[in-house]
Amino acid sequence: MAQLRQKVLVLYLASSALDDQVRSWAVYDGTGKEAHTTGDDNEPPYKTGLDALKDGWRVIQFPQLIPPYPGLEFTTSFQRHEFILEKLEEV
Amino acid sequence: MVGKEFLLNSKQMAFFVAKGYLRFDELIPEEINKAVMRDIDAGTVRSQPAGTPLSQCYPAPSAVGEMIRLPQVQGIIHSLVGPDPLFDHQAVHVRQPNEGAAQHLHGDSTIDVRMHFDVQLMYFPHDVTPEMGGTLIVPGSHFRRINEMDIARYQNIVGQIQMVCKAGTLMVVHHGIWHCGRQNKSDQMRYMFKVRLNPTVRQRLLWNTDDLTDETKKQQTIFGGAKKSDDVQSILGQQEPWFEWGDGRLEIINRIKLWRFITGDDNFDVHYWLSRLENMPENLLEAVE
Repeated sequence: MAQLRQKVLVLYLASSALDDQVRSWAVYDGTGKEAHTTGDDNEPPYKTGLDALKDGWRVIQFPQLIPPYPGLEFTTSFQRHEFILEKLEEV
Repeated sequence: MVGKEFLLNSKQMAFFVAKGYLRFDELIPEEINKAVMRDIDAGTVRSQPAGTPLSQCYPAPSAVGEMIRLPQVQGIIHSLVGPDPLFDHQAVHVRQPNEGAAQHLHGDSTIDVRMHFDVQLMYFPHDVTPEMGGTLIVPGSHFRRINEMDIARYQNIVGQIQMVCKAGTLMVVHHGIWHCGRQNKSDQMRYMFKVRLNPTVRQRLLWNTDDLTDETKKQQTIFGGAKKSDDVQSILGQQEPWFEWGDGRLEIINRIKLWRFITGDDNFDVHYWLSRLENMPENLLEAVE
């Protein structure tokens, strides 16, 4: 029986559309084969979120569309279009 | 008093407002860099109580004091936070050789919603190669309201700058800039000396404003064809490659507001972003008989 571990890809896109461009990203590898850290790559792993799907990643969370709180309409903060994807890989 | 020739110009100030940093490569002479490294190695770079006027910090003999008292450095400081700002804190940042990971991305101190801003001098007294894990900054991140390590999840951001530089390079950042120390994959220690400064005067027109003319401030036509690239309007209007389509527009508005704050020109706009929102006519049209 193969043992599976989760590999997580977090993509921050230019809008709420999954086929829009990747602006930021993070990878966490539960297999232990890869160790990613801040500032370790300047090129995104995929051009768009959809490209990640085509490569076998499964979306496990879509960002909700939440209207701005009154008074904070012009405030910028975290990157909002955060898509979380996973792959299950054998170890 | 700092000579006018050492002050920043309006385009440099616009770059700082837009990007949240300015970079001065190989600004500090080699003899000072070497002396600072000797002091760091000896552990003799003495700190001061927070709130001490900078002019009272680092009395001679002090290599860091020599660096800060260079007229070029004084001109940068004066342009951004005015004469004799307050010393906030200092730190000798060290990245250990062959370390396992980078520091997480963060903003310093706490969430800070002021329009007034502090600056941090980041001084690299020795060469920093790509492998040595120079400081990473995210241009244009300084207006984002986040609290310290809450942004640690972001590993890489399109357009991030990984500091690779020669000895004597000085980077000056807005207090809100997102940054971190990168992973040092070399077998040498990597140092960066940082000092935070607080203004004691209202930050308005503190730089050399000779180039702040009506032409510089002129509004550009929206979708008006060929664009300039190095005037104040263009510098403030240039999106960062990591900006989202929507929030990127809000960042231009943030820049307009800070430019108005430091110039006192409440009518300044980039294209028509803020003027459009400020247009709320109250005059009533006379009824036609």
